Parts: sequence; C-alpha cells; structure tokens
Amino acid sequence: MAPALINVPKNAKRGDVIEIKALMSHIMETGYRRTASGDLVPRDIITSFSCRFNGTEIFRADLFPAISANPFISFSAVATESGKFEFEWIGDRGFSATASAAITVA
Amino acid sequence: MTRLSAIATAVLLLAALPLRAGEIPDKAFSSEADPSSRQDNASSKTLEHRSGTTFMSPDTKAIQDDDTANPGMLWALDGEELWKKKDGANEKACADCHGDARESMKGVAARYPAFDRELGRPVDLVQRVNLCRARHQQTSPLAYESREMLALTAFIAQQSRGMPITAGRDEELAPFVAKGHDLFHERQGQLNLSCANCHDDNWDKHLAGSAITQAHPTGYPLYRLEWQSLGSLQRRLRGCIFGVRAQPYEFGAPELVDLELYLMTRAAGMPLESPAVRP
Repeated sequence: MAPALINVPKNAKRGDVIEIKALMSHIMETGYRRTASGDLVPRDIITSFSCRFNGTEIFRADLFPAISANPFISFSAVATESGKFEFEWIGDRGFSATASAAITVA
Repeated sequence: MTRLSAIATAVLLLAALPLRAGEIPDKAFSSEADPSSRQDNASSKTLEHRSGTTFMSPDTKAIQDDDTANPGMLWALDGEELWKKKDGANEKACADCHGDARESMKGVAARYPAFDRELGRPVDLVQRVNLCRARHQQTSPLAYESREMLALTAFIAQQSRGMPITAGRDEELAPFVAKGHDLFHERQGQLNLSCANCHDDNWDKHLAGSAITQAHPTGYPLYRLEWQSLGSLQRRLRGCIFGVRAQPYEFGAPELVDLELYLMTRAAGMPLESPAVRP
C-alpha cells in the first residue's frame, strides 16, 4: 500500500484545538497531459479523502486534477475524548488507502 | 499582458540572451581542484557557503523541516521496506549484508561519490546500489529515477542527515575532482554558459524569479515542488545543462559523476539534509 504520513498530537487537553495533518503518496496524474506521441495520459487521481474519529466522520474533502502530487491535507478539530482517527483515501483505478492514529485526551 | 507585448518581450529576451552570455567575463579560475582555493579567485564576493535551504521561502522550509509534511519522507519510508526485501538469485536483501541501515549507512551518503577499485573510477550512490545488486544480489539494475532507486537512495541518504559532507577525501579521486572542476567551468550550449557563470558569479541574484544558488548538493535525492517528485542530483544537473541549451549527458555518464563529485567537494563540511525539499 502507498505510504502515508500522519501527524496527530498523541496527547491533548479536553477542549484543545488540535491540528491534524495527512500526507499521502500519489502521482495525481491530471488526465490532461499527453505523451510525446500525442496519446492522452489517463487520469489517475485521488478523488476523496475522509477522516473519522471513533467511527464518526469529522472531515471530508473531494480532490480534483489541479491538486498537486502527494496531497498534503491539514485541518483542525476540537479534542473531546480519547480515541482513534481513521483516514481513508479513495481514487481512480481502484486506489484505496487507509491509515490511523490514536490520541489521548485528558 | 497583451499577446503583442508578450511576444515583444519574448523577442527582446531572445535577442538579449546571447549578448548577456557574452558579457559575463571569464574569471581567472585556478586549475587546482582544492575547494578551499575557491575564495582566492578573482571574485570580489567573499564566498560564504550557503545551502539551498537558506534561499528558500519560510513556507518551503517549513515543509522540509517537518518530517510528516516533507514528501521526500514517503520515498524514505518505501526505501526502508526495500532495504529489507530479498531480491535476486542469491535471495539476499540489503539488510542481510549491511544489517540495520541506521547504523551501517550512517555517513555513507556524505562521502559519495566514492572510488570503486574494480572500476577504477568514482561511483555515486545510485551506481553503488546497482553494483551491489549486480555483485552481491545477482539481480537486474534499478533504472535511474525509478521509484525504487529513489526510495533506496533517499533511505540511505537519510541516515547521514546532519552529518558533514566528506566526499572526495580519497587521494585516488583527485583526478576526477579535477575533471569535475573543469566541467563546472566549461562554457557549453547555445547560451554558452558554464555552471560557474551562474553558481559562482551570480548566486546572489535571481533567474526568472528563482534564486540562483551556490550549487551545494546538500539535500539529494530531494523533493522538488516543480518536479512533484523526488529526484537525483543527476536529474538536477541534466535540467541545468538543458537550461543552457546544451545536450545533457546520459544518466550515469562519467561526466555527471565527476561533476557530482566536484560539487560535493565544494560543499565539504556542510551538513547533509536528505531528503530535502526545494522549490
């Protein structure tokens, strides 16, 4: 599976605003480029990213061809309880990848 | 900008370039390859050794400094897997001979390109990986700039992060450092520019909005935002050679390795930053 890098604080205080960062390895081929012989390079991008916390979706993004290779997504959330973040990337050609990270909220 | 004025500007630029190139004076470069002699050149600029990092915007630097934001780490992670993967007729992984890369590969990238006794010339990290694959794993070479090769070299180079560059100390390398030095100062291409015309004489200026740096290869293989990928120093060199409208050497050409070696001796003592990020 394509490697991903997740950055979530291991510990937080209840009510803290935490930053969540997710970097996924992907070429994000736009589908607009052509080879030297003129053939269109088929589109191969991530189309959807989502983050669930303890089973509840807290963040979702649709991705489009203008987004760079190896998309880096960063967003904030309020720490309410200890638990597990689950990340999922879905894309063209059946691309699917997951990652997870745990946080302890005191 | 209107189309007409854009064309006019382009024509002006084209007309100006050969003139500009001709105007840049040759300097009295010493023929000895000792990097410390660089300050003694006719240049009025005192040369402080600066990494490409110091020319970057704070945003780009922030990407490089955060291992969970630096896309080069994706290759390094892949490389760690490949390090342990058995391959070839001997069913050997890199780790079977070299053990834990975190110990055995410490400082290795900082002293490459290194002299290979069998070949009688320097080899860079890419060539060393392929020599190992041929001699010890008995398997096929990995292609230049392939995901696997970039991943392995990124993982190996990562183990030397923060360590000072020591390449070129081997006495047997001296003639090759000298060759690299000559290549660096040789004018080439339709623009008739040498590497030195930009990277020694004009490193404090800009070229089309981009900083011209001092050509210290401190972070390779590195993630270039422009490439949207990790790339080797040879890719960078070929890009520059293409930029002065010369015919780039093929990947793995001895000229490129000699240039790599010379550039590393120029950067002697500077800390390695691989896998770095550049704009």
